[in-house]
Amino acid sequence: MGKDIRQVYTDTLLELAQTDDTICVLESDLMMATGTKAFKEAYPDRFFDVGVAEANMVGIASGLSSEGKIPFAASFGTFASRRTFDQFFLSANYARLNVKLVGTDPGITAQFNGGTHMPFEDVGMMRLIPDLVIIEPCDTVSCAALVRLAAKHQGSVYIRLHRKGSQTLYDERQQFELGRGQVLRDGTDVTLIASGFVMVPEALKAADLLKEEGIRAAVLDMHTIKPLDEELVLSFAQKTGAVVTCENHQVTGGLGGAVAELLGEQLPTLMGRIGSQDKFGQVGTLDYLLEAYQLRAEDIAEKARRILAKNS
Amino acid sequence: MNQEQLQELERIARDVRRLTLQSIARLGIGHVGGAMSIAEVLTYLYFDHMHIDPEHPRMDDRDRLVLSKGHAGPVLYSILAKKGFFRLDWLDTLNVGGTNLPSHCDRNLTPGIDMTTGSLGQGLSAALGIALALRLDKRNSRVFAVIGDGESQEGQNWEAAMSASHFKAGNLIAFTDNNHLQIDGSICEIMEIEVLEDKWRSFGWHTQKINGHDFSQIEAAVHLAESVSERPSMIILDTVKGKGCTFAEGQVASHNMPVSREQLDQALAALEEN
Repeated sequence: MGKDIRQVYTDTLLELAQTDDTICVLESDLMMATGTKAFKEAYPDRFFDVGVAEANMVGIASGLSSEGKIPFAASFGTFASRRTFDQFFLSANYARLNVKLVGTDPGITAQFNGGTHMPFEDVGMMRLIPDLVIIEPCDTVSCAALVRLAAKHQGSVYIRLHRKGSQTLYDERQQFELGRGQVLRDGTDVTLIASGFVMVPEALKAADLLKEEGIRAAVLDMHTIKPLDEELVLSFAQKTGAVVTCENHQVTGGLGGAVAELLGEQLPTLMGRIGSQDKFGQVGTLDYLLEAYQLRAEDIAEKARRILAKNS
Repeated sequence: MNQEQLQELERIARDVRRLTLQSIARLGIGHVGGAMSIAEVLTYLYFDHMHIDPEHPRMDDRDRLVLSKGHAGPVLYSILAKKGFFRLDWLDTLNVGGTNLPSHCDRNLTPGIDMTTGSLGQGLSAALGIALALRLDKRNSRVFAVIGDGESQEGQNWEAAMSASHFKAGNLIAFTDNNHLQIDGSICEIMEIEVLEDKWRSFGWHTQKINGHDFSQIEAAVHLAESVSERPSMIILDTVKGKGCTFAEGQVASHNMPVSREQLDQALAALEEN
């Protein structure tokens, strides 16, 4: 087994902190969940657990940032987004500061914590903040690379971080750039645009299913949801003439919304959106929830087939 | 503080009030009340106490100030202009499209503004973050914060209060502008916040309550607060909303009010007489 994604996050911060004494870590009583205890032990002065007070955490992070620190502040995605929205919007972003806000347990990965803890809206909310960068790594390699890029980026970043479990889809040497999606599989019939730990593998599996039927599906890992890699989306929409977005999030506001807005304005293309269809979260196993919200490879493949049928 | 220094500060505060009222009156509307009530504390800090350099507004070892009640920006702008952070005629541009002086404080637009504020309740957390960063950098700079009494109703202040004492932020000195009024009425009618001293003390802060319009008391309180180590300090300023402005003093409506040419002239004449 490879490293848990959360351990990749902490290890990357530890690695950055070795040569950069401005890296700070903030938690709001979820250090054990995020897995940043190792950072606390290595750099106790630069670690702040504020207790169960997310708004204050983002405010403190903003103050630290105004003095040149690079704070990484984490909570469950629901609280990182909904609970601190005004603080993150004003004290961090409107003030043009450099706060890295981490929302963990994206979408259905909140599992047994259920609807109160299941963020299907965090990316949508964050997309409304001008100039904010939003990233969602899908594996260990992209997580390490994107956390490094987030630290280097001058400006606030929202990191949608998968927590438990490991998967490696990329070669260790793969290069990443903020705002540049990755082509995981080329194709000519339909483009599957996915983000995150859960949906990128589902999209790849869907491409396999479609391949058996003679449908050549391209798969893009859209690890940066904002700014969207418009050039890549437009070129694949042009090439394939059909697009399916795949996100562990509401179909409005997030990746699906971003792609629909772009295509609607610049290159009207038949598309479908896989994700929560205006539904609240609930408890369940990952498998149960994948089925309940129709996020499985089969659902993606079916959506693609329907679009292609409309196109022909 | 000797008599001469006291008179000088009082003269400056009068001038700060004049500049503030003039800048608000130019557009004909603005946050008069909560600006007037903190004229003394800001005058004392910027003209007598803080280590700052108008030529180098982001100087590393400066003292910082977060005006959490960001709507009082205009009184701070008058002070910064008088100190030479920017030209006095910038005050004519308050709230004009494209200005460097928006109604609420903006760290990116105005030289000398250390933190962007305006959504009440957020400034104290940011001030604490600044204080923690200064400690990490082993700087002796102090961080001052000013919150409103109505603003104290925002829960985030109490999260910040709890964490500032937990993190032993001895370099953080906050003031509450206790002018007893908020937009919808008097504080005690709308949402009682007393006993404010007991609240801050119970959150682990060194707490004092003084007359917020008395320079000698302000000086003594700030010095005492700075002698306290490893604990943040709260200085509750008993103030009058709209203080020193004939048409605003003690008025609930003074929070954000229209200001006519006649009202301005009358208020400036009264300031001169004092």
